[in-house]
Amino acid sequence: MQFPVLSIIVFAPFVAAVIMLLMKPEAKNEIRVTALSAAVFDLVLSGWVYYQVYMHPSLEYQFVEKYEWLPVLGISLNFGVDGMSAPLVLLTGIVMFTGVLISWGIDDRPREFFAFLFLLAGGVFGVFVSLDLFMLFFFYEIAVFPMYLLIAIWGWKVTREYAAMKLTLYLFLGSVFSLVGALAMVFVNYQNTGVITFDMLALEKAGFSQAFQYIWFLPTFMGFAILGGIFPFHNWSPDGHVAAPTAVSMFHAGVLMKLGAFAALRVGIMLLPEGAKQWAWLIFGLAMVNVVYGAFIAMIQQDMKYVIGFSSVSHMGLVALGFATLTREGILGAGLQMFSHGVMTALFFAAVGMVYDRAHTRQIPELGGMIKPLPWVGIGFIIGSLVSMGMPGFSGFVAEFPIFMGVWQVSGLAAILASLSIVITAAYVLLVVRRAFFGEMPKQFEHHITPITPLDKVAIVTLCACMVLLGLFPGLMAPMVSTGVENILRLLGGA
Amino acid sequence: MDFISTHLLTTILFFPVAAALVIWFLPADQPKAVRWTAFLASLVPFGLSVWLWTQFNASQAGFQFQEQYTWFEAINSTFHVGVDGLSLTMVLLTTLLTPLAILASFNITEKVKAYMMLFLFLETGMLGVFLALDLLIFFVFWEIGLVPMYFLINQWGSPKGERELWGGMKVSARNYASLKFMVYTMAGSLGLLLAIQMLGVLFQTYDLMTLTEKWSGFNEGTLLGMNVSTVKAISFWAFTIAFALKVPVWPFHTWLPDAHTEAPTAGSMILAGVLLKLGAYGFLRLVLPFYPVESQYYAGWLAFLATMAIVFGAFASFGQTDFKRLVAYSSVNHMGFVLLGIAAAAKAIGTQDATIALNGAVLQMFNHGLSAAGMFFLVGVIYERTHTRNLNEFGGLFPLVPVYGGILIFTSMASLGLPGLNGFVSEFLVVRGAFGVGYAGGEWNYMAVYTAIAMLGLLFTGAYILKGVRKVLHGPLNEHWAHGEHKLTEINTREILVMAPLMILILILGIWPMWMLDVINKAMLLLFS
Amino acid sequence: MAPETLIWLIPLPPLLAFFLIVLFTNKSKALSHTIGVGAAALSWLGSMVIFFQAIGVDHFGEKIFKSSINWLPTGTDFLKIGVQIDPLGAVTLFFVAWTIFMIFLYSVGYQNFGQPKGDHDRPGLPPHGATVTDEHGHKHTVLSVEPMYSRFFAFLALFAFGMYVLVVSDNLLTLFVGWEIMGLCSYLLIGFWYGKPSARNAAVKAFMTTRVGDVFMLLGLALLYSATGTLNYRAIFYNEEVLHSLATTMTPVLGLSAAGLIGLLLFIGTIGKSAQWPLHVWLPDAMEGPTPVSAMIHAATMVSAGVYMVIRIFPLVTADWTGHGLTTAMSVIAFIGAFTAIFAATIALAQNDIKRVLAYSTISQLGFMIAALGMGAYIAAAFHLVTHAFFKALLFLGSGSVIHGMEHGVLHTGNHKVDPQDMWNMGGLKNKMPITFWTFLIGGLALSGFPLVTAGFWSKDEILADAFAHEHWTILATLSIAALMTAFYTMRQITLTFLGQPRTKEAEHAHETPWTMTTPLVVLSVFAVGFGWVGIPEHFPGLGGLIPNWFHDFVGGTLIKHPKPVEFSWIPLTISLVVALGGLTLGWLVYKDVKAGDADPLEKPLGFLYPFLKNKWYFDEFYSYFVIKPMTWISEVFTKGMDQGVIDGILHFFARAALFIGHVFRNYFDKPVINELIGDKLGAYWTFQPAGRALSKTQTGRIQTYLIGAVAVFVAIGAALYLFAF
Repeated sequence: MQFPVLSIIVFAPFVAAVIMLLMKPEAKNEIRVTALSAAVFDLVLSGWVYYQVYMHPSLEYQFVEKYEWLPVLGISLNFGVDGMSAPLVLLTGIVMFTGVLISWGIDDRPREFFAFLFLLAGGVFGVFVSLDLFMLFFFYEIAVFPMYLLIAIWGWKVTREYAAMKLTLYLFLGSVFSLVGALAMVFVNYQNTGVITFDMLALEKAGFSQAFQYIWFLPTFMGFAILGGIFPFHNWSPDGHVAAPTAVSMFHAGVLMKLGAFAALRVGIMLLPEGAKQWAWLIFGLAMVNVVYGAFIAMIQQDMKYVIGFSSVSHMGLVALGFATLTREGILGAGLQMFSHGVMTALFFAAVGMVYDRAHTRQIPELGGMIKPLPWVGIGFIIGSLVSMGMPGFSGFVAEFPIFMGVWQVSGLAAILASLSIVITAAYVLLVVRRAFFGEMPKQFEHHITPITPLDKVAIVTLCACMVLLGLFPGLMAPMVSTGVENILRLLGGA
Repeated sequence: MDFISTHLLTTILFFPVAAALVIWFLPADQPKAVRWTAFLASLVPFGLSVWLWTQFNASQAGFQFQEQYTWFEAINSTFHVGVDGLSLTMVLLTTLLTPLAILASFNITEKVKAYMMLFLFLETGMLGVFLALDLLIFFVFWEIGLVPMYFLINQWGSPKGERELWGGMKVSARNYASLKFMVYTMAGSLGLLLAIQMLGVLFQTYDLMTLTEKWSGFNEGTLLGMNVSTVKAISFWAFTIAFALKVPVWPFHTWLPDAHTEAPTAGSMILAGVLLKLGAYGFLRLVLPFYPVESQYYAGWLAFLATMAIVFGAFASFGQTDFKRLVAYSSVNHMGFVLLGIAAAAKAIGTQDATIALNGAVLQMFNHGLSAAGMFFLVGVIYERTHTRNLNEFGGLFPLVPVYGGILIFTSMASLGLPGLNGFVSEFLVVRGAFGVGYAGGEWNYMAVYTAIAMLGLLFTGAYILKGVRKVLHGPLNEHWAHGEHKLTEINTREILVMAPLMILILILGIWPMWMLDVINKAMLLLFS
Repeated sequence: MAPETLIWLIPLPPLLAFFLIVLFTNKSKALSHTIGVGAAALSWLGSMVIFFQAIGVDHFGEKIFKSSINWLPTGTDFLKIGVQIDPLGAVTLFFVAWTIFMIFLYSVGYQNFGQPKGDHDRPGLPPHGATVTDEHGHKHTVLSVEPMYSRFFAFLALFAFGMYVLVVSDNLLTLFVGWEIMGLCSYLLIGFWYGKPSARNAAVKAFMTTRVGDVFMLLGLALLYSATGTLNYRAIFYNEEVLHSLATTMTPVLGLSAAGLIGLLLFIGTIGKSAQWPLHVWLPDAMEGPTPVSAMIHAATMVSAGVYMVIRIFPLVTADWTGHGLTTAMSVIAFIGAFTAIFAATIALAQNDIKRVLAYSTISQLGFMIAALGMGAYIAAAFHLVTHAFFKALLFLGSGSVIHGMEHGVLHTGNHKVDPQDMWNMGGLKNKMPITFWTFLIGGLALSGFPLVTAGFWSKDEILADAFAHEHWTILATLSIAALMTAFYTMRQITLTFLGQPRTKEAEHAHETPWTMTTPLVVLSVFAVGFGWVGIPEHFPGLGGLIPNWFHDFVGGTLIKHPKPVEFSWIPLTISLVVALGGLTLGWLVYKDVKAGDADPLEKPLGFLYPFLKNKWYFDEFYSYFVIKPMTWISEVFTKGMDQGVIDGILHFFARAALFIGHVFRNYFDKPVINELIGDKLGAYWTFQPAGRALSKTQTGRIQTYLIGAVAVFVAIGAALYLFAF
C-alpha cells in the first residue's frame, strides 16, 4: 500500500493543534514555530500531491486511501483527489502557510488561535479529499465550528458577537439542509440496493430516480452553496469578513467559501446530476444575481473589508455560474476561479489586515498614500485588483474567460449582463487602490506606519506569484482541472 | 544568435519585460543607472526589428517568422505570433518610439524605477497586440497595455488641474483622466471580449487564420436563436466600437483629450504614437477580414464617423487654449483619415482604389505616430520650462528659442500635411483612394461626399496648427519669459536627440516613401485581394 | 550632360542652400548670402542652358525633355513623378530663373548687408537703425543690418526650390508639392518680422486663404487621378481620347462634365494662389513682408504659379471646345478673371501705400491673364504672364528701393512717425534716386501698356485683340476700363513718388541705394522693354513681321491643337492706345501739383465711393464677420457643448447610475430584506437569538468548554444520523 499522504495532510493540522494546546501558553514563539513548521509540512505535501496529479492526469481519483471506520453504517475513512480537488488542496496549503505567516504578530492567546486555525485547516483539507459522504460532513462541521470561536474571540470588537453568531448559524443551518439531502440519498440507495454506504463513488453509480433527484438536489446544493455565499444567503459572509481577524478572513474567503462551492459540486451536482440539470436555471439565475449584485454593492462600500467581502460574493457567483452552465468550459473556469479567487482574496485580506494593524482604520476615505510606507502591500493589493478585474495576464482572466465561454453556450444575454461586473469591478478596485494607497497620506499617519515584516513579504510574494504564474501559464493548472471536469461531465452524461 | 534568429519575434516581444525585471533589482537611489539601462535595453528591440525589416520578404504571402507554443490548451488557445507587412510596420513604429519616449523621460526624477519598468511593460503590451496571431493572445495584450498606461497617467501625470464632475464634485484631473481612460476602454472592449468568447465557443479555436476563413465564410443557419447575419452584424459593431474607442473615433473620443493632456510627456508620445494605432490595427487585422460583408454594408457609417472625427477634431482642436489639448484633438482629426481610408477600402474591398486607400491609412498610422509623438514632445519641452500649457501665456518666443521654434514649425508642418513631408503622402493616398471609391467608374456615391467634407477638415487642420504656432512663437514677446528666473532656455541636446530621428524620418518619408510603402502595399494586396 | 539630368538638378542648389544655411552657416551672414546667391546663380545657369537647348530644337512641342521615376506603389501600379520641360515650361523657367536670381542679389542690399548691428534691433522686428560715430566724432544714425539676415536667405532659397520644382515637374502632384512649399515659405516670409502682430496675422491669413484654394485643388487632383489613373501632363493634356472622355462623362455637380468639374476644382486652387476675387484678401496684407519677398511672391513666382497652373490645365477646361462661345468652366474662369481685373483696379486707385498699390495692380493684372484663359486666349495669357513677371518684379524691387531710400531719410531726421511707404510723404525723388526713378518709370509704363516700346503693351494688346476677335464684348469692355484705371493709378504712383517737390524732410534726405539693389533694377528693366518684342503679332502695321512672332509659334507648340493667331484689327489696337495714353496723361494731370497735406484729389469727385474703395470694398470685415467668427463659435460649441457637455455628460451619467444602483441594492434591499428580514427577524425569531445567547455564554475563553461544545455537536450529528438511517 502506498504512502498515505492525504491522511497525513489532513491529520497533521489536528496533531499540530493538539501539540500546541499541550504547550505552555507563555511559550508563544515555540508555538508559532510549531505552527509554521506544520504549515510548511502541509504545504510541501499538498504541493507534492498537486505535482503528482498534474504529472499523471487521469479521470480516476488518485492517492486513494480507504479505512473502515463504522462498517455497520458503511462509513469509511475514504480519501482521494482528482483534478478538481487537487488545486484546492494546494490552495489550502498555501493559505494555511501564508495565514500563519501574517498572524505571527498575534499576541492574544496565540496558542488557542493557532490551534483553532489548524482545526479549521484540517477540516478544510478533510472536505476536499473526502470520498465519503459522512466524512465530508464530519470535516465540514469541524471546519465551520472553529470559525465561530476565532471570530468571536479574536475578531473586531464592534461586530464580532453578531457576525460570529450569524455566520455559524447560517452555516449550520445550511449544512443541516444538505445533511438531510445526503441522508436521503444514502437511505434511498439502501432501499434500492440493500447496502448502506456513504461512499460517494458508490452513490455516483446509484442512479437515483428523476423525481428523487428533482426533489433533493435543491436542498443539498443550496445547503452547501450558502457557504459558497450564494444569493440570497450571502450576507453572513461580508459581515463575517469584517469581524474576523486577518488570518481568519483569509481562510474564510480563501478556502471556506470554496469549501461550500466544492461540496455543492461534489454532493449536489456529481451525485444528483439529473437534479442539477433540472435546477440549473435557478442556480444560474441566483449566480447571475450574485455576480452583478455583489459588484454593484461592493462599489459603494467605504470599508475596505466590505468592498472585498462583496467582491467575493460577486466572484463566488462566477464560480456558481460556471457550475450552473454544466458545460466543459464553464466548470473548468469555475475550478480555476476557485483557486484564483482563493489566492486573490487571501492576498486582499492579508493586505487589508496589514494596513489596518498600522492605520487602525479600514475606512477608505480616511486612508491614503499607503504605498510609500508599505510598498509591498501596495503592489500586492494592486496585483490582487488586477486579478479581480479579470485583467488578462493574471489568474482572474484565465478563470473567468472559460466561465464566460460556458455562459455563452447557455445564454448570450446572460454573458453580456455578467460581463458588466467586470467593468464595475475594475472601477471600484481601481478607486480603492488609488484612494487607499496613492494620493496624500493623512497627517496622523506620518511616521506611524511601521514597515511590514519579512514574513509578511514572504506571504505576499507567495500569493502574488501564484496569481501571476497561473495568469501567464494557464497550462500549469488548466489541464489538470479539465480532467476533473471530464469526470463530472461523464456523470452528467457528457452534457 | 541562432536562438534569436529562430525566436526573433518572441525576443523582440519579451526583451523589454526581461529588461524591466533587471531594472527591478537595480538600486533605487541610482536613477542614472536605471535610465540608461532602460534606454539601452529599449534599443535592443529596435535593432532587432530593423533587422527583422531587412530579413522580411514583402512579396511572400501569409505571416512570417511565426512561432507557436501551447498556452491554454483547455480552450484551444495557443501562443502564436507572426508578422506580415502590416504588423511589421507597426512593430517598427513601436520599437522606434519607445526608446525615444524613454529618452524623453530622462527628466523624470520621482519613482524612476517604477516608471521605466512600466514603460518597458507597456512596450511589450503594445508589441504583443501587433504580433499576436491568436485572438485570445491578441485580447490579452490588448488589455494588459492599459495597466502601465493607467499608472503612468495616474502617478506621473501633471499634478495640477482639477476636473469637475456632477454636482460640483471635483477630482484631480490626472485621476479623472486615468480612470476614464482605463474604465472607458475596458467597457469598450467588453463587446470585443464577448464576441471573442462567442467565436471561441463557435469554432473551438482562437487561431486567427482559421477563424478568418471559418467566420467570414459562416453565413448560413442560426446562432443563439438569431439568424447568423444579425449575430454577425452585432458582433461586427462589438468589434468596431472596441476599436473605434481606441482610435478614437468621434463620439468615443472624449477620453483622449483628458488622457493625453494629463499624461507625462513620454506617456502622451506613446499614447498618441502607438496606442491609438492599436485601434486602427484592429480594424485592419480583424474587422475587415472577419466581416467583409458587414464592413461593406456599414462602410457608410464608418465613413460618416471618420468624417465627423476629422471635422470635429479639427474644430475642437481649434477651440483649445491649452497647447497640449490642441495637439490631443489633432490626433482625433488625423486618425479620422485612417478610418476614412479603412471605410473606403471596406466599401470596395479588393479594388485598386481600396488598396490605395489602405496604403494611405497604414502609412498615415505610421506618419501620425511620428508627428504626433514629436508634437507632444515639443509641448512637453515648453511645458517643462514654463509650467504652463496655456497658449495665451506664451507669445513671441521665437527669438528666445530659435532652434526650438524651427523644430516646432517643422513638426507642425508635418502634422499639417505639408507636401514634401510624410503627412501629405498618406493623406493624399487616403483621399485619392476614398475618392476613387466614391467615383468608381463614373458612378458617384456617398464616399465622394464624405471625402469632400473631410477635405474641409483638412482646411481647418491648417487653422489650428497655425494657431498653435502663432500663439507660441509669433507676435509680441511676452517679456515674462525673457529675463530673470523665468528666462526661457533653449531646447537641449538630449531633447534634440529625441526629435532628430523623428524629423529625419518625417522628411525621408515625405520625399521617398517608397521603401516603406512598398512593404505596406504588398501586404495590403496579399491581405485584401 | 543630358538635358533631362540637368533638369533634375535645377531645383537642387536652392534646397541644399537652405539646409546648409539652416544647419551650419546661419551664424555667418556673408557665408549665408554667398551660398544663397550662389545657389540662385547655379539654378539660373542651369535654366538658361535648358532654355537655349529647348529653343534650339524645332518642333520642340513634339519632342520635349522629360524623364520620370516610380514614386508611390498603388496596388499593382505605380504613381510616377518626374520632370519635363516643354515650350511653356521653357519660357516659364526663363523668367523664373531671371527674377529669382535678381531678387536674391537685391536682397543682399535690401537687408543692409555690411551695415552695423542695430542699437536695439531684435529678431522678429525690422531693423531700427544704428548709431555710428564718424571720424569727426559726429553721431548719426544709419541703416542697420537685418538681425535674421541668414534666415532670410534660407527661406528665400527654400522658396526658390519650391518654384523650380513647380516649373520642372511633369505632373500635377509634384506641381502641388512645389505649390505648397511656396505656400509655407510665403507664410514664413510674410511673417518674417513675426514680432509685429500685423505681420503674424498677415502670415496666417495668407496661408489659410490660399489653403482654402489648395484643399479644393487637392480634391481636384484626387478626382483627376481617380478618373484618368495618372497626373502626368502629357498623359492627360496631350491626349485627345482622355480629354474627350473626360469632357463627355457627366457629373452630378451643377451639370458639369468631369473635365469641367476637375478644371474648376483646380482653378479654385488658382483663385487662392493668384489672389483672384473672392480669395484676394491675403495678398495686400502680405505686404507686411520685406520687399524682395513681395516681389518674389507677387511678381515672379507664387502668384504666377497660379496662372501657370491654369495655363497647364487649359486643355482640360477647353476640352471639346468648339472655339465658339465658352464652356461652363471657361465662362466661370473668364468672369472671375475679368471681374477681378476691374475690381482690384478700382481699389488700387485709392491706396496710398506704394506697395499696396502694386499689390492691387498685381491682382488686377492676374485677372487679365485669367480672363484671357477664360476666353481661350492661351498664348496671350502666357505672354502677359511672362512680361508681367518682369515688369512687376521690377516695380516691386523699385518700390523697395524707394522705401529703402526713404528709410534713410527717416533715420536721418529721426522722426519715426513718418511712414516710409506712404506715397504722400514722398515726391521729387527723381533727382535723389535717378536709377530707381528711370527703372521704375520703365516698369510703370510697361504696366500701363505704353505703346510699342514696352513689353506690357504687346501682351495686354494681344489679350484685348483676342477678346475682340472672338467677340467677347463684355470682357473686352471690362478689361479696357481696367486697363485705363491701371494706366491712371500707375501714373498717380509715379507722380506722387518721383515728380514734383519733396513733401517731407525725409523725402529730401532720401538717397540712392547700393549697386546690389540697382543692378537688378536695370537688368529687369531691360526685359520689361525687350521681352515684348518676341511676341509682336505678324500683321502689326510697320513692326509686324520684322521679327517673327517667336513666342506664339514656340509656346503654341505646347498644345496638340496649335492655336492660330487672331488676325489683326485696328479697333482693339486703338482701344489699347487710348486707354494707355489717356490713363497716363489723366494721372499726371490730376496729381502733378499735389502739395504736402493735400487730400487725394479723387476724394471729392468719387464721394462715398472713395472710402469704399479705400477700404477694399470692406471684404476683410465681411470675412471676419461671416467666416472667422462663426468658425470660432462652432469650435467653442464642439469642445464645451458637445464633448464636455453631451458626450461626457452621458459617460458621467453611466457612472452615477451605477453608483445609484449599488446604493439602492445595498440600502433598500440588502440591508432591510436580506439582513434584517431573512437574516435577523425571521431567523432570529426562531433559532438565532436563543442559540446565539447560548453560544455567547460559552465564550469564557477556556479551551475545555469549546472542546466539550465541539464533541456535543458531533454527538448531535451522530444521533441525527442514527435516527435517519434506521
